[in-house]
Amino acid sequence: MIHLILFSMFGLVCVAGAVNLLVQRHPINSALSLVVVMGSLAAEYLLLGAEFVAAIQVIVYAGAVMVLFIFVIMLLNAGEEERTRGSRVALLFGVPGMLIGSTLIAWILLEHSGTRAVEPGALPGPPQTIGWLLFHDYLLPFEITSVLVLIAIMGAVVLASPPHSVQQSKKEG
Amino acid sequence: MVPLSYYLVLSGILFACGVAGFLIKRNIISIFLSIELMLNGVNLSFVAFAAQWKALSGQVFVFFVMVVAAAEAAVGLAIIIAVYRTRETLNVDQVNLLKL
Repeated sequence: MIHLILFSMFGLVCVAGAVNLLVQRHPINSALSLVVVMGSLAAEYLLLGAEFVAAIQVIVYAGAVMVLFIFVIMLLNAGEEERTRGSRVALLFGVPGMLIGSTLIAWILLEHSGTRAVEPGALPGPPQTIGWLLFHDYLLPFEITSVLVLIAIMGAVVLASPPHSVQQSKKEG
Repeated sequence: MVPLSYYLVLSGILFACGVAGFLIKRNIISIFLSIELMLNGVNLSFVAFAAQWKALSGQVFVFFVMVVAAAEAAVGLAIIIAVYRTRETLNVDQVNLLKL
């Protein structure tokens, strides 16, 4: 029972943050509501017994990635976005179609998916088991992601540096 | 005891909010935030399925999704800075050339 209450509480916070991200017009407000979504998702992961994922959700996502976003928003001094008019086709067909589709999917998932209830803390995901999987069964994908991150760092440096400094370093090197 | 389908519905709501934000937002940073929201929705369904079938591989996949999302955020924000430097705007309606 307490599990269901906690799930509903954090789920509501999550959905409220996601809707707030859509409604807010200033990017900094959107970014901060995304932090709320990520924090409550970390609580949902804890309810599912995924401690390691909850920890890296807070550290990497809500910490590092969002700080990067907020740095860029403040660096570019992003103002409020001006609203453009939506198309009438979207209002006439898109919104009813989306409502019908989402109701259908939710009904199928809730009534006919045949899935059992997830016990609280059903899957103890201790970091040593995850580490064994990561460095044993998934060693090749892990190494490939390290190359990906290296390329991403170099790409970010090249893209974000001013154009003339890249040309200068080309001449020098 | 929470059924798996509740988690899947929550993950679907998050993903749908991300798609809607991607389509209706006009600020390039807000669009990027919507993409992150979609990735988070997918991560929740990964962890819920991992708990359902007692398979830890789902959690490892969440780790990989996070690494790719972090790399994507770094490169994407660098591209946003480069675009802003040449165009002086963050509105995607006014950015209509790939050339920097």
